[in-house]
Amino acid sequence: MRVNFTVNGRPQEADDVWEGESLLYVLRERLGLPGSKNACEQGECGSCTVRLDGVPVCSCLVAAGQAEGRDVVTVEGLADFAKQRAEGGCASGACGTTLQDAQQWKAKGTDSQTGEGTELSPIQQAFIDAGAVQCGFCTPGLLVASDELLERNPNPSDADIREALSGNLCRCTGYEKIMDAVRLAAARQSEEV
Amino acid sequence: MDFLRPASWEEALAAKAEHPTAVPIAGGTDVMVEINFDHRRPEYLLDLNRIGDLTEWEVGEESVRLGASVPYTRIMENLRAELPGLALASHTVASPQIRNRGGVGGNLGTASPAGDAHPALLAAGAEVEAESAARGTRLIPIDDFYTGVKRNALQPDELIRAVHVKKADGPQQYSKVGTRNAMVIAVCAFGLALHPETRTVRTGIGSAAPTPVRAKAAEEFLNAALEEGGFWDNGKIITPSVAKQFAELCSGGCNPIDDVRGTASYRRHAVGVMARRTLTWTWESYRGARRASEGAA
Repeated sequence: MRVNFTVNGRPQEADDVWEGESLLYVLRERLGLPGSKNACEQGECGSCTVRLDGVPVCSCLVAAGQAEGRDVVTVEGLADFAKQRAEGGCASGACGTTLQDAQQWKAKGTDSQTGEGTELSPIQQAFIDAGAVQCGFCTPGLLVASDELLERNPNPSDADIREALSGNLCRCTGYEKIMDAVRLAAARQSEEV
Repeated sequence: MDFLRPASWEEALAAKAEHPTAVPIAGGTDVMVEINFDHRRPEYLLDLNRIGDLTEWEVGEESVRLGASVPYTRIMENLRAELPGLALASHTVASPQIRNRGGVGGNLGTASPAGDAHPALLAAGAEVEAESAARGTRLIPIDDFYTGVKRNALQPDELIRAVHVKKADGPQQYSKVGTRNAMVIAVCAFGLALHPETRTVRTGIGSAAPTPVRAKAAEEFLNAALEEGGFWDNGKIITPSVAKQFAELCSGGCNPIDDVRGTASYRRHAVGVMARRTLTWTWESYRGARRASEGAA
């Protein structure tokens, strides 16, 4: 079957989709967006987290057909998504991330260590600055979940952060640096206002 | 496999009548796991996401009519006052991502003994609104709904539209044992609701019998003990011996198995502990509310 939906602000079409296929599979294998990671395939690890009509969900548990006509944001579009949110919408009318840009998206600017020169969302920058990334496999899911937390709750307590990220497993960091990153992003966000 | 995408409830019922083997999918948090792992290859998937009223709820005089697909997140946020036991149970479901998608209809449809909502529904008192194109709507009392391990009273052509849960008339509690707070399938779970209006106590046990069950002998014992001691009126603290016997009877109401999550004897023991604790918590809360209302008068 064919699935038409919006990915990172742009309309996309996936063809030859098997009826039992997950949204995650469509994103990775049909649209070439490998940012959302495939790990447990049972909703335990959160590494495939995307926004579906704004709501964080495990894309491995959404049937592809259920995404028809709906709006998906993946980690590849997070920088643009955060920018538009900060600017209060799309002023130019040409927002969103094209499939090609999303496929090639890398956090690689003029300095590969600090990410400087790249358009990153504040949460992505905070993860780099706080050293919250090790192997990186859980990072996309954590970024999407953390970004949504800070959108909903700009000043989260530690308990709020732990709760919001309780569906995302990281086996490297022990979570402390991830907590630091979310606190850092929240602090920067409140300075800006 | 065919993906059926009804745009309305009537279309969904017609599709289910035409294809009784169709597997309904709403949040997908159970169904997709089975498909991803090749444990299930249904001929038809019946997507219910397009039916808007399944995600709505109405608060009535006696009960809340909760749409089958209302996500657990919404229950936690919006129905804590009316359905405190179910709201607490909802908060123990998996993770935010799962709670954003899953709902009580899926728990009922899957009818796993470990489903988190069941003990809360049993304790509060509920009726499942099932409907078929041929026979229309019927309300299935929750006590008659669970018929076996992952089996329920639904007919092949029926779909769950909503569940009618009695509004709380007293304190309710929910407790669950697992290795951590999030992302845990219950080793066992326990729900308890005080019903001061009828002077009864109801319970629900999860994951410690082939189906979710009430500890009926324990309820009868406690109802009689509370009545005899005049506890509902005098608001006295529950006698430790009464709490102990209630806990033992709740353990006795289990019929658990040994499995990867825990042993049968551990489950029996833990259900007793949760029964005593939830009784204490709810009773203290009942006494507190009584004192507050007396103080005001």
